[in-house]
Amino acid sequence: MAAERGRAAEALVGQVVLPGDLLLLPAHYDEDAEGERLRLSTGAAPQGRLLCGPGLRRSGAGLLVTKCGLLRHRPGGGGAFWVDSQQKRYVPVKGDHVIGIVTAKAGDVFRLDVGGSEPASLSYLAFEGATKRNRPNVQVGDLIYGQFLVANKDMEPEMVCIDSSGRSSGMGIIGQDGFLFKVSLGLIRKLLAPKCEIIQELSQLYPFELVLGMNGRIWVKAKTVQQTLIIVNILEACEYMTAEQRKQALAKLSGT
Amino acid sequence: GVMERSREQLLRQTCEAVVLGVLHPRTAITLVLQVLSDAGSLLSCCLNAACMALLDAGLPLAALFCGVTCALQPDGTILLDPTARQEQEARATLTFAIGSSGRKVLMATTKGSCSVDEMQQCLAAAQRAADTIFQFYRDSVRRRYSKS
Repeated sequence: MAAERGRAAEALVGQVVLPGDLLLLPAHYDEDAEGERLRLSTGAAPQGRLLCGPGLRRSGAGLLVTKCGLLRHRPGGGGAFWVDSQQKRYVPVKGDHVIGIVTAKAGDVFRLDVGGSEPASLSYLAFEGATKRNRPNVQVGDLIYGQFLVANKDMEPEMVCIDSSGRSSGMGIIGQDGFLFKVSLGLIRKLLAPKCEIIQELSQLYPFELVLGMNGRIWVKAKTVQQTLIIVNILEACEYMTAEQRKQALAKLSGT
Repeated sequence: GVMERSREQLLRQTCEAVVLGVLHPRTAITLVLQVLSDAGSLLSCCLNAACMALLDAGLPLAALFCGVTCALQPDGTILLDPTARQEQEARATLTFAIGSSGRKVLMATTKGSCSVDEMQQCLAAAQRAADTIFQFYRDSVRRRYSKS
């Protein structure tokens, strides 16, 4: 049986990796890994602490790829490797900002559909300025923009609409009207990147409100229904269009 | 029917061996395969399609797998990926599911009878053929990610 040769992780950055590929880490990571194994407390992050991101699992001296995609690397702060993969199904992750749909009110807790395998729970006290007397006005079918407080494979995910300092910072109930639709997770990440061209070009077209959820859901609201639908169609098509095609489509729309 | 159930069981065993179910407890993963046309080697075709579907869906996998069918003809020659006609005329038809890490055998099923030596020869041929299929997976994924 031929032994699986691992390839150096840094040689494969930016290339396609498939599940089952073994990535070998350079020697200086291993030295610190030795030191880490003897340490029992976490303490401050040591110089060579490597972050193993989504799509990778530690296996022996290297990293095992578990999803197909492009391998990415961030050199700062000890280094991080992750696999940039495209998928449509969302798995809740702590700290992600998502759009949820209220499906039920169970006592003091709202049940939200976030597109994962389980509905998330949201307490009525997790809104800015909410007290036992002053309850938020949330109905079944409302859209909520919040972040995950607890999200792991063993427990039901919990959401909140306030950050750690108690302010809402843009989270909460999303207003009336507007249009909610679903796209792939890769497109959301592209749109959330700093200086995203798509958003800049669209804002030249019409003024609109936009909420992006990391679970693949986008909420758009423009002045008229027709403008809203045009923006929805462009965002959905952005996944498959190249930059030139998009510029042409926008030029045609702003011309008419 | 019984054949379909048997195929489902074989596919399920293969998928359970590679899918990292540990990361998704209390979750059901459903794989639906629809046969559009059957020109022979149906089980290995299903295995390849299942692997590509799992890759596309983004489920965490420990390794890839592929299916290879070998037909042993009455004169002893080994035919890979036989057509339906060749399968019927063959003395024995063997299907193997080969994993990508170390070319391990994840599943083996035989229809007909053959000697142990012949089975070993078929297995060796299937493991060599698996390389071509894994390269095809890699090229397909590369093509998909080159567009974005």
